[in-house]
Amino acid sequence: MTDYIQATVDGHIGVIQLNRPEVANALNRQMVDEIVQQLEKFDQDRAIRVIVIKGNHQAFAAGADIEEMIDDTPFSLEQLNQFAVWDRIRLIKKPLLAAVNGYALGGGFELVLHCDLIIAAADAQFGFPEVTLGVMPGAGGTQLLTKMMGRQKALEWIWLGERMPAEVAYQYGIVNRLVAPELVEEETMRLASQLATRAPFAMKLIKEAVDAAFDLRQEGMTVERKNFYLAFSSNDQQEGMQAFMEKRPPSFKGD
Amino acid sequence: MGWDTILYEKRNGVATLTLHRPAAYNAFTEMMNKEMIRALKQASRDKEVRAIVITGSGKAFCAGQDLEGVDETTNHAAFLRERYHPMMKELKKTPKPIIAAVQGVAAGAGMSLALGCDFRIVQEQTKFVPAFMHIGLIPDSGFLYVLPRLVGYAKALEIATIGKPITGEEAVELGLATEWIEAAFWEEQVIAFAEQLAALPTTAFGLVKRYMMDGMHMPYDAMLEAEAQAQRIAGLSNEHREGMLAFEEKRKPNFSGSESGGKR
Repeated sequence: MTDYIQATVDGHIGVIQLNRPEVANALNRQMVDEIVQQLEKFDQDRAIRVIVIKGNHQAFAAGADIEEMIDDTPFSLEQLNQFAVWDRIRLIKKPLLAAVNGYALGGGFELVLHCDLIIAAADAQFGFPEVTLGVMPGAGGTQLLTKMMGRQKALEWIWLGERMPAEVAYQYGIVNRLVAPELVEEETMRLASQLATRAPFAMKLIKEAVDAAFDLRQEGMTVERKNFYLAFSSNDQQEGMQAFMEKRPPSFKGD
Repeated sequence: MGWDTILYEKRNGVATLTLHRPAAYNAFTEMMNKEMIRALKQASRDKEVRAIVITGSGKAFCAGQDLEGVDETTNHAAFLRERYHPMMKELKKTPKPIIAAVQGVAAGAGMSLALGCDFRIVQEQTKFVPAFMHIGLIPDSGFLYVLPRLVGYAKALEIATIGKPITGEEAVELGLATEWIEAAFWEEQVIAFAEQLAALPTTAFGLVKRYMMDGMHMPYDAMLEAEAQAQRIAGLSNEHREGMLAFEEKRKPNFSGSESGGKR
Protein backbone atom coordinates (compact mmCIF):
# COMPACT_ATOMS: atom_id res chain seq x y z
CA MET A 1 0.00 0.00 0.00
CA THR A 2 1.15 3.51 -0.78
CA ASP A 3 0.05 6.65 1.01
CA TYR A 4 1.01 9.36 -1.44
CA ILE A 5 0.85 7.88 -4.92
CA GLN A 6 -1.57 5.81 -6.96
CA ALA A 7 -0.22 3.37 -9.51
CA THR A 8 -2.37 2.08 -12.35
CA VAL A 9 -1.77 0.17 -15.56
CA ASP A 10 -3.34 1.05 -18.88
CA GLY A 11 -2.34 -1.48 -21.52
CA HIS A 12 1.45 -1.28 -21.82
CA ILE A 13 1.59 2.00 -19.91
CA GLY A 14 2.30 2.21 -16.19
CA VAL A 15 0.92 5.37 -14.61
CA ILE A 16 1.98 6.92 -11.32
CA GLN A 17 -0.31 9.64 -10.02
CA LEU A 18 1.07 11.88 -7.30
CA ASN A 19 -1.63 12.01 -4.70
CA ARG A 20 -1.25 14.54 -1.90
CA PRO A 21 -3.81 17.02 -3.20
CA GLU A 22 -4.26 18.80 0.15
CA VAL A 23 -0.72 20.21 -0.14
CA ALA A 24 -0.57 20.57 -3.96
CA ASN A 25 1.39 17.27 -4.12
CA ALA A 26 4.36 18.68 -2.19
CA LEU A 27 6.98 15.93 -2.12
CA ASN A 28 7.94 14.52 1.24
CA ARG A 29 10.56 11.87 1.76
CA GLN A 30 8.14 8.97 1.98
CA MET A 31 6.43 10.10 -1.23
CA VAL A 32 9.73 10.13 -3.12
CA ASP A 33 10.45 6.63 -1.80
CA GLU A 34 7.06 5.46 -3.01
CA ILE A 35 7.59 6.98 -6.46
CA VAL A 36 11.01 5.39 -6.88
CA GLN A 37 9.84 1.98 -5.68
CA GLN A 38 6.93 2.08 -8.11
CA LEU A 39 9.18 3.18 -10.97
CA GLU A 40 11.43 0.19 -10.28
CA LYS A 41 8.45 -2.14 -10.19
CA PHE A 42 7.23 -0.88 -13.56
CA ASP A 43 10.76 -1.06 -14.94
CA GLN A 44 10.91 -4.75 -13.97
CA ASP A 45 7.40 -5.56 -15.20
CA ARG A 46 7.65 -7.04 -18.70
CA ALA A 47 4.10 -5.99 -19.59
CA ILE A 48 4.98 -2.31 -19.10
CA ARG A 49 6.71 -0.50 -21.95
CA VAL A 50 6.28 3.17 -21.03
CA ILE A 51 5.92 4.92 -17.65
CA VAL A 52 3.97 8.13 -17.01
CA ILE A 53 4.14 10.34 -13.91
CA LYS A 54 1.32 12.83 -13.47
CA GLY A 55 -0.10 15.14 -10.83
CA ASN A 56 -3.61 16.54 -10.73
CA HIS A 57 -5.26 19.54 -12.41
CA GLN A 58 -3.94 22.10 -9.91
CA ALA A 59 -0.41 20.89 -9.56
CA PHE A 60 2.11 18.34 -10.73
CA ALA A 61 4.02 18.84 -7.49
CA ALA A 62 4.54 22.14 -5.73
CA GLY A 63 7.85 21.83 -3.96
CA ALA A 64 8.93 19.96 -0.88
CA ASP A 65 7.64 19.86 2.64
CA ILE A 66 9.23 22.92 4.26
CA GLU A 67 8.03 21.88 7.68
CA GLU A 68 9.87 18.61 7.28
CA MET A 69 13.25 20.31 6.75
CA ILE A 70 13.17 23.61 8.65
CA ASP A 71 15.15 22.21 11.59
CA ASP A 72 17.60 20.18 9.52
CA THR A 73 21.33 20.79 9.83
CA PRO A 74 24.21 19.84 7.51
CA PHE A 75 24.92 17.00 9.92
CA SER A 76 21.35 15.67 10.00
CA LEU A 77 21.06 15.91 6.21
CA GLU A 78 24.36 14.11 5.60
CA GLN A 79 23.23 11.37 7.96
CA LEU A 80 19.81 11.14 6.35
CA ASN A 81 21.27 11.10 2.81
CA GLN A 82 17.79 11.78 1.49
CA PHE A 83 18.76 12.44 -2.12
CA ALA A 84 20.42 9.05 -2.69
CA VAL A 85 17.03 7.60 -3.61
CA TRP A 86 16.76 10.11 -6.50
CA ASP A 87 19.83 8.55 -8.15
CA ARG A 88 17.77 5.42 -8.74
CA ILE A 89 15.38 7.34 -11.01
CA ARG A 90 18.24 7.77 -13.46
CA LEU A 91 18.66 4.00 -13.56
CA ILE A 92 15.14 3.45 -14.93
CA LYS A 93 15.57 2.08 -18.43
CA LYS A 94 12.10 2.48 -19.88
CA PRO A 95 10.80 5.75 -21.36
CA LEU A 96 9.59 7.95 -18.53
CA LEU A 97 7.05 10.66 -19.33
CA ALA A 98 5.91 13.59 -17.17
CA ALA A 99 2.40 15.03 -17.61
CA VAL A 100 2.44 18.50 -16.07
CA ASN A 101 -0.61 20.55 -15.22
CA GLY A 102 -0.37 23.59 -12.94
CA TYR A 103 2.75 23.96 -10.83
CA ALA A 104 5.97 21.96 -10.81
CA LEU A 105 8.16 23.73 -8.28
CA GLY A 106 11.35 22.85 -6.42
CA GLY A 107 11.45 19.08 -5.92
CA GLY A 108 8.44 18.84 -8.23
CA PHE A 109 10.42 20.50 -11.03
CA GLU A 110 13.35 18.19 -10.27
CA LEU A 111 11.10 15.18 -10.60
CA VAL A 112 9.91 16.51 -13.97
CA LEU A 113 13.50 17.06 -15.10
CA HIS A 114 14.30 13.45 -14.19
CA CYS A 115 11.75 12.33 -16.79
CA ASP A 116 12.68 11.64 -20.43
CA LEU A 117 9.83 13.45 -22.17
CA ILE A 118 7.75 16.28 -20.71
CA ILE A 119 4.23 17.17 -21.80
CA ALA A 120 2.98 20.37 -20.20
CA ALA A 121 -0.16 22.48 -20.11
CA ALA A 122 0.31 25.76 -21.96
CA ASP A 123 -0.32 27.52 -18.63
CA ALA A 124 1.84 25.25 -16.47
CA GLN A 125 4.55 26.89 -14.39
CA PHE A 126 7.95 25.57 -13.38
CA GLY A 127 10.47 27.01 -11.01
CA PHE A 128 13.13 26.67 -8.33
CA PRO A 129 11.98 28.94 -5.47
CA GLU A 130 14.61 27.48 -3.07
CA VAL A 131 16.71 30.66 -3.16
CA THR A 132 13.78 32.56 -1.67
CA LEU A 133 14.01 30.15 1.29
CA GLY A 134 17.72 30.78 1.67
CA VAL A 135 18.70 27.40 0.20
CA MET A 136 19.08 25.79 -3.25
CA PRO A 137 17.88 22.82 -5.28
CA GLY A 138 19.27 19.55 -3.93
CA ALA A 139 17.81 16.75 -6.04
CA GLY A 140 19.64 17.48 -9.28
CA GLY A 141 18.02 20.79 -10.23
CA THR A 142 21.23 22.75 -10.77
CA GLN A 143 22.72 19.94 -12.84
CA LEU A 144 19.76 19.00 -14.99
CA LEU A 145 18.52 22.52 -15.73
CA THR A 146 22.03 23.70 -16.63
CA LYS A 147 22.48 20.80 -19.03
CA MET A 148 19.13 21.56 -20.62
CA MET A 149 19.11 25.35 -20.95
CA GLY A 150 22.76 26.38 -20.59
CA ARG A 151 24.70 27.98 -17.76
CA GLN A 152 23.59 31.62 -18.16
CA LYS A 153 19.89 30.92 -18.34
CA ALA A 154 20.00 28.29 -15.59
CA LEU A 155 21.73 30.75 -13.25
CA GLU A 156 19.18 33.43 -14.00
CA TRP A 157 16.23 31.18 -13.20
CA ILE A 158 17.74 29.47 -10.16
CA TRP A 159 19.10 32.76 -8.72
CA LEU A 160 15.86 34.65 -9.13
CA GLY A 161 13.62 31.77 -8.12
CA GLU A 162 10.83 33.05 -10.34
CA ARG A 163 8.12 30.99 -12.00
CA MET A 164 9.07 29.81 -15.47
CA PRO A 165 6.10 29.78 -17.85
CA ALA A 166 5.68 26.54 -19.79
CA GLU A 167 6.16 28.51 -23.02
CA VAL A 168 9.71 29.44 -21.91
CA ALA A 169 10.49 25.87 -20.91
CA TYR A 170 9.25 24.79 -24.32
CA GLN A 171 11.44 27.34 -26.13
CA TYR A 172 14.50 25.97 -24.32
CA GLY A 173 13.67 22.41 -25.26
CA ILE A 174 12.94 21.41 -21.67
CA VAL A 175 9.31 20.67 -22.48
CA ASN A 176 8.60 18.44 -25.47
CA ARG A 177 4.99 19.41 -26.08
CA LEU A 178 2.73 22.22 -24.96
CA VAL A 179 -0.93 21.27 -24.93
CA ALA A 180 -4.27 22.65 -23.76
CA PRO A 181 -4.55 22.31 -19.96
CA GLU A 182 -7.69 20.22 -20.32
CA LEU A 183 -5.87 17.65 -22.50
CA VAL A 184 -2.54 17.13 -20.71
CA GLU A 185 -3.43 13.63 -19.64
CA GLU A 186 -5.01 12.61 -22.92
CA GLU A 187 -2.13 13.95 -25.02
CA THR A 188 0.43 12.31 -22.72
CA MET A 189 -1.33 8.97 -23.04
CA ARG A 190 -1.48 9.43 -26.82
CA LEU A 191 2.29 9.94 -26.94
CA ALA A 192 2.85 7.07 -24.49
CA SER A 193 0.72 4.73 -26.64
CA GLN A 194 2.75 5.71 -29.69
CA LEU A 195 5.97 4.94 -27.84
CA ALA A 196 4.51 1.64 -26.67
CA THR A 197 4.43 0.49 -30.31
CA ARG A 198 8.18 1.09 -30.71
CA ALA A 199 10.67 -1.71 -30.06
CA PRO A 200 11.04 -1.75 -26.25
CA PHE A 201 14.58 -3.07 -26.15
CA ALA A 202 15.78 -0.64 -28.83
CA MET A 203 14.23 2.24 -26.88
CA LYS A 204 16.18 1.26 -23.77
CA LEU A 205 19.40 1.08 -25.74
CA ILE A 206 18.69 4.47 -27.29
CA LYS A 207 18.05 6.02 -23.87
CA GLU A 208 21.34 4.69 -22.56
CA ALA A 209 23.23 6.01 -25.59
CA VAL A 210 21.58 9.45 -25.43
CA ASP A 211 22.32 9.62 -21.70
CA ALA A 212 25.98 8.92 -22.45
CA ALA A 213 25.96 11.97 -24.74
CA PHE A 214 24.12 14.01 -22.09
CA ASP A 215 26.97 13.17 -19.73
CA LEU A 216 25.43 14.13 -16.43
CA ARG A 217 28.25 13.90 -13.88
CA GLN A 218 27.87 12.34 -10.47
CA GLU A 219 30.50 14.85 -9.19
CA GLY A 220 28.12 17.67 -10.09
CA MET A 221 25.28 15.98 -8.27
CA THR A 222 27.53 15.55 -5.24
CA VAL A 223 28.60 19.22 -5.22
CA GLU A 224 24.96 20.25 -5.40
CA ARG A 225 23.97 17.88 -2.61
CA LYS A 226 26.81 18.95 -0.27
CA ASN A 227 26.09 22.63 -0.96
CA PHE A 228 22.44 22.03 -0.21
CA TYR A 229 23.49 20.58 3.16
CA LEU A 230 25.90 23.49 3.71
CA ALA A 231 23.12 26.04 3.16
CA PHE A 232 21.53 24.65 6.33
CA SER A 233 24.41 26.07 8.36
CA SER A 234 23.35 29.63 7.49
CA ASN A 235 21.04 32.05 9.22
CA ASP A 236 19.56 32.85 5.82
CA GLN A 237 18.12 29.33 5.68
CA GLN A 238 16.48 29.81 9.09
CA GLU A 239 15.18 33.24 8.10
CA GLY A 240 14.00 32.08 4.65
CA MET A 241 12.03 29.11 5.94
CA GLN A 242 10.73 30.97 8.99
CA ALA A 243 9.49 33.79 6.71
CA PHE A 244 7.85 31.25 4.41
CA MET A 245 5.97 29.64 7.30
CA GLU A 246 4.91 33.04 8.60
CA LYS A 247 3.92 34.14 5.06
CA ARG A 248 6.11 37.25 5.12
CA PRO A 249 8.95 38.35 2.84
CA PRO A 250 12.38 37.18 4.07
CA SER A 251 15.19 39.54 4.98
CA PHE A 252 18.52 37.95 4.03
CA LYS A 253 21.79 39.11 5.60
CA GLY A 254 24.24 36.68 4.02
CA ASP A 255 25.23 35.08 7.33
CA MET B 1 -15.45 43.59 0.52
CA GLY B 2 -17.11 46.56 -1.19
CA TRP B 3 -15.97 48.71 -4.08
CA ASP B 4 -14.54 52.25 -3.95
CA THR B 5 -13.85 53.12 -7.57
CA ILE B 6 -16.10 50.81 -9.55
CA LEU B 7 -19.64 49.42 -9.43
CA TYR B 8 -20.30 45.69 -9.80
CA GLU B 9 -23.74 44.47 -10.82
CA LYS B 10 -24.97 41.06 -11.90
CA ARG B 11 -28.21 40.35 -13.76
CA ASN B 12 -29.40 37.63 -16.16
CA GLY B 13 -25.96 36.11 -16.60
CA VAL B 14 -24.29 39.48 -17.27
CA ALA B 15 -21.86 41.15 -14.86
CA THR B 16 -21.50 44.89 -15.42
CA LEU B 17 -18.31 46.57 -14.19
CA THR B 18 -18.75 50.34 -14.17
CA LEU B 19 -15.71 52.58 -13.77
CA HIS B 20 -17.03 54.96 -11.16
CA ARG B 21 -15.04 58.12 -10.63
CA PRO B 22 -17.27 60.39 -12.70
CA ALA B 23 -15.81 63.63 -11.30
CA ALA B 24 -12.42 62.55 -12.70
CA TYR B 25 -13.87 61.15 -15.95
CA ASN B 26 -13.24 57.70 -14.48
CA ALA B 27 -9.49 58.12 -14.72
CA PHE B 28 -7.44 55.21 -13.43
CA THR B 29 -5.94 55.26 -9.97
CA GLU B 30 -3.99 52.41 -8.42
CA MET B 31 -7.13 51.44 -6.48
CA MET B 32 -9.17 51.28 -9.68
CA ASN B 33 -6.61 49.00 -11.37
CA LYS B 34 -6.77 46.72 -8.34
CA GLU B 35 -10.54 46.72 -8.14
CA MET B 36 -10.85 45.94 -11.84
CA ILE B 37 -8.61 42.90 -11.38
CA ARG B 38 -10.65 41.74 -8.39
CA ALA B 39 -13.93 42.31 -10.25
CA LEU B 40 -12.71 40.41 -13.32
CA LYS B 41 -11.59 37.51 -11.15
CA GLN B 42 -14.91 37.48 -9.35
CA ALA B 43 -16.85 37.50 -12.63
CA SER B 44 -14.61 34.76 -14.04
CA ARG B 45 -15.17 32.51 -11.05
CA ASP B 46 -18.92 33.12 -10.78
CA LYS B 47 -20.64 30.32 -12.71
CA GLU B 48 -23.78 32.42 -13.17
CA VAL B 49 -21.85 35.08 -15.06
CA ARG B 50 -21.63 34.30 -18.79
CA ALA B 51 -20.73 37.74 -20.17
CA ILE B 52 -19.02 40.85 -18.77
CA VAL B 53 -19.75 44.48 -19.66
CA ILE B 54 -17.24 47.22 -18.85
CA THR B 55 -18.55 50.76 -19.01
CA GLY B 56 -18.11 54.20 -17.40
CA SER B 57 -20.17 56.36 -15.04
CA GLY B 58 -21.34 59.71 -16.39
CA LYS B 59 -20.04 61.31 -19.54
CA ALA B 60 -16.71 59.54 -20.01
CA PHE B 61 -15.84 55.88 -20.49
CA CYS B 62 -12.38 56.37 -19.04
CA ALA B 63 -9.90 59.23 -19.31
CA GLY B 64 -6.85 56.98 -18.88
CA GLN B 65 -4.32 57.31 -16.10
CA ASP B 66 -5.17 59.95 -13.50
CA LEU B 67 -2.30 62.41 -13.96
CA GLU B 68 -2.73 63.55 -10.36
CA GLY B 69 -0.62 60.59 -9.33
CA VAL B 70 2.06 61.17 -11.95
CA ASP B 71 5.09 63.45 -11.58
CA GLU B 72 8.74 63.56 -12.61
CA THR B 73 9.60 60.82 -10.10
CA THR B 74 7.19 58.37 -11.74
CA ASN B 75 8.84 55.25 -13.17
CA HIS B 76 6.53 54.54 -16.08
CA ALA B 77 7.74 50.97 -16.55
CA ALA B 78 7.09 50.10 -12.91
CA PHE B 79 3.66 51.73 -13.22
CA LEU B 80 2.77 49.49 -16.13
CA ARG B 81 4.25 46.30 -14.67
CA GLU B 82 2.59 46.75 -11.30
CA ARG B 83 -0.75 48.34 -12.15
CA TYR B 84 -1.80 47.90 -15.76
CA HIS B 85 -0.26 44.62 -16.88
CA PRO B 86 -2.01 42.47 -14.27
CA MET B 87 -5.32 44.06 -15.31
CA MET B 88 -4.73 43.61 -19.04
CA LYS B 89 -3.58 40.01 -18.49
CA GLU B 90 -6.74 39.32 -16.51
CA LEU B 91 -8.88 40.59 -19.41
CA LYS B 92 -7.12 38.20 -21.77
CA LYS B 93 -7.20 35.28 -19.35
CA THR B 94 -10.93 35.51 -18.65
CA PRO B 95 -12.62 32.97 -20.94
CA LYS B 96 -15.92 34.84 -20.85
CA PRO B 97 -16.86 37.46 -23.43
CA ILE B 98 -15.99 41.00 -22.33
CA ILE B 99 -17.77 43.93 -23.93
CA ALA B 100 -16.53 47.51 -23.66
CA ALA B 101 -19.67 49.64 -23.76
CA VAL B 102 -17.93 52.87 -24.68
CA GLN B 103 -20.56 55.51 -23.91
CA GLY B 104 -18.16 58.48 -24.00
CA VAL B 105 -14.50 59.38 -24.26
CA ALA B 106 -12.00 56.53 -24.01
CA ALA B 107 -8.63 58.24 -23.80
CA GLY B 108 -5.12 56.91 -23.29
CA ALA B 109 -5.16 53.85 -21.07
CA GLY B 110 -8.96 54.06 -21.24
CA MET B 111 -8.67 53.34 -24.96
CA SER B 112 -6.20 50.51 -24.22
CA LEU B 113 -8.75 49.05 -21.81
CA ALA B 114 -11.43 49.12 -24.52
CA LEU B 115 -9.00 47.51 -27.00
CA GLY B 116 -8.23 44.76 -24.48
CA CYS B 117 -11.91 43.78 -24.37
CA ASP B 118 -13.37 41.27 -26.83
CA PHE B 119 -16.02 43.59 -28.26
CA ARG B 120 -16.55 47.33 -28.41
CA ILE B 121 -20.03 48.87 -28.58
CA VAL B 122 -20.26 52.56 -29.49
CA GLN B 123 -22.70 55.46 -29.88
CA GLU B 124 -22.66 59.10 -30.98
CA GLN B 125 -20.93 60.28 -27.77
CA THR B 126 -18.14 57.74 -28.19
CA LYS B 127 -14.68 59.05 -28.82
CA PHE B 128 -11.46 57.05 -28.82
CA VAL B 129 -8.56 59.36 -28.06
CA PRO B 130 -5.10 57.83 -28.39
CA ALA B 131 -3.73 60.62 -26.22
CA PHE B 132 -0.33 59.14 -25.41
CA MET B 133 1.76 60.85 -28.12
CA HIS B 134 0.28 64.22 -27.18
CA ILE B 135 2.24 64.07 -23.94
CA GLY B 136 5.33 62.50 -25.45
CA LEU B 137 4.57 58.93 -24.43
CA ILE B 138 3.83 55.78 -26.40
CA PRO B 139 0.51 53.95 -26.43
CA ASP B 140 0.75 51.15 -23.85
CA SER B 141 -1.12 48.44 -21.95
CA GLY B 142 -1.33 46.16 -24.97
CA PHE B 143 -2.36 48.93 -27.39
CA LEU B 144 0.59 48.31 -29.73
CA TYR B 145 -0.12 44.57 -29.73
CA VAL B 146 -3.86 44.57 -30.17
CA LEU B 147 -4.53 47.50 -32.50
CA PRO B 148 -2.60 46.24 -35.58
CA ARG B 149 -4.32 42.88 -35.11
CA LEU B 150 -7.71 44.61 -35.14
CA VAL B 151 -7.31 47.15 -37.93
CA GLY B 152 -4.11 46.23 -39.80
CA TYR B 153 -0.64 47.73 -39.43
CA ALA B 154 -0.93 50.86 -41.56
CA LYS B 155 -4.09 52.10 -39.87
CA ALA B 156 -2.78 51.14 -36.44
CA LEU B 157 0.41 53.11 -37.00
CA GLU B 158 -1.62 56.13 -38.06
CA ILE B 159 -3.86 55.92 -34.99
CA ALA B 160 -0.96 55.31 -32.60
CA THR B 161 1.18 58.20 -33.84
CA ILE B 162 -0.96 60.88 -35.47
CA GLY B 163 -3.58 60.20 -32.84
CA LYS B 164 -6.63 61.83 -34.38
CA PRO B 165 -9.67 61.04 -32.20
CA ILE B 166 -11.95 58.31 -33.60
CA THR B 167 -15.72 58.68 -33.42
CA GLY B 168 -18.07 55.77 -32.81
CA GLU B 169 -19.09 55.73 -36.45
CA GLU B 170 -15.48 55.67 -37.61
CA ALA B 171 -14.73 52.88 -35.15
CA VAL B 172 -17.43 50.71 -36.72
CA GLU B 173 -16.10 51.46 -40.21
CA LEU B 174 -12.57 50.53 -39.11
CA GLY B 175 -13.79 47.24 -37.72
CA LEU B 176 -12.77 48.41 -34.26
CA ALA B 177 -16.33 48.38 -32.91
CA THR B 178 -19.01 45.75 -33.40
CA GLU B 179 -22.13 47.83 -33.12
CA TRP B 180 -23.32 51.45 -33.15
CA ILE B 181 -26.30 52.08 -30.91
CA GLU B 182 -28.69 55.02 -30.80
CA ALA B 183 -28.01 56.90 -27.56
CA ALA B 184 -31.70 56.85 -26.59
CA PHE B 185 -31.70 53.03 -26.51
CA TRP B 186 -28.13 52.70 -25.21
CA GLU B 187 -28.55 50.83 -21.94
CA GLU B 188 -31.19 48.34 -23.05
CA GLN B 189 -29.35 47.57 -26.29
CA VAL B 190 -25.99 47.11 -24.56
CA ILE B 191 -27.67 44.63 -22.23
CA ALA B 192 -29.39 42.94 -25.17
CA PHE B 193 -26.01 42.58 -26.90
CA ALA B 194 -24.44 41.19 -23.73
CA GLU B 195 -27.32 38.76 -23.18
CA GLN B 196 -26.90 37.54 -26.74
CA LEU B 197 -23.28 36.70 -25.91
CA ALA B 198 -24.30 35.19 -22.58
CA ALA B 199 -26.51 32.76 -24.50
CA LEU B 200 -23.53 31.40 -26.49
CA PRO B 201 -21.84 28.15 -25.46
CA THR B 202 -19.24 29.54 -23.04
CA THR B 203 -16.76 26.68 -23.40
CA ALA B 204 -16.58 27.18 -27.16
CA PHE B 205 -16.40 30.95 -26.79
CA GLY B 206 -13.55 30.69 -24.29
CA LEU B 207 -11.61 28.41 -26.64
CA VAL B 208 -12.01 30.78 -29.61
CA LYS B 209 -10.82 33.64 -27.41
CA ARG B 210 -7.91 31.59 -26.09
CA TYR B 211 -6.54 30.65 -29.51
CA MET B 212 -7.62 33.04 -32.28
CA MET B 213 -5.63 36.16 -31.37
CA ASP B 214 -2.50 34.10 -30.68
CA GLY B 215 -3.07 32.34 -34.00
CA MET B 216 -2.16 35.60 -35.71
CA HIS B 217 1.49 34.97 -34.86
CA MET B 218 1.55 31.17 -34.86
CA PRO B 219 2.76 28.92 -37.66
CA TYR B 220 -0.09 27.35 -39.65
CA ASP B 221 0.61 23.79 -38.52
CA ALA B 222 0.78 24.82 -34.87
CA MET B 223 -2.55 26.60 -35.20
CA LEU B 224 -4.13 23.54 -36.83
CA GLU B 225 -2.96 21.49 -33.86
CA ALA B 226 -4.35 24.10 -31.47
CA GLU B 227 -7.69 23.90 -33.27
CA ALA B 228 -7.69 20.12 -32.96
CA GLN B 229 -7.13 20.33 -29.22
CA ALA B 230 -9.69 23.10 -28.78
CA GLN B 231 -12.25 21.10 -30.76
CA ARG B 232 -11.55 18.04 -28.64
CA ILE B 233 -12.32 20.09 -25.52
CA ALA B 234 -15.45 21.60 -27.08
CA GLY B 235 -16.50 18.16 -28.29
CA LEU B 236 -16.43 16.90 -24.71
CA SER B 237 -18.54 19.80 -23.37
CA ASN B 238 -22.13 19.51 -22.20
CA GLU B 239 -22.88 22.46 -24.43
CA HIS B 240 -21.91 20.47 -27.51
CA ARG B 241 -24.26 17.68 -26.38
CA GLU B 242 -27.04 20.22 -25.88
CA GLY B 243 -26.35 21.71 -29.32
CA MET B 244 -26.56 18.29 -31.00
CA LEU B 245 -29.69 17.34 -29.09
CA ALA B 246 -31.41 20.62 -29.98
CA PHE B 247 -30.48 20.11 -33.63
CA GLU B 248 -32.03 16.63 -33.62
CA GLU B 249 -35.12 17.87 -31.82
CA LYS B 250 -35.36 20.82 -34.19
CA ARG B 251 -35.36 23.38 -31.37
CA LYS B 252 -33.11 26.22 -30.26
CA PRO B 253 -30.27 25.10 -27.97
CA ASN B 254 -30.29 26.30 -24.38
CA PHE B 255 -26.59 26.67 -23.57
CA SER B 256 -27.07 28.65 -20.38
CA GLY B 257 -28.91 25.66 -18.92
CA SER B 258 -25.98 23.32 -19.50
CA GLU B 259 -23.01 23.49 -17.22
CA SER B 260 -19.98 24.94 -18.91
CA GLY B 261 -16.99 22.62 -19.13
CA GLY B 262 -13.30 23.46 -19.21
CA LYS B 263 -11.07 24.04 -16.25
CA ARG B 264 -10.53 27.79 -16.54
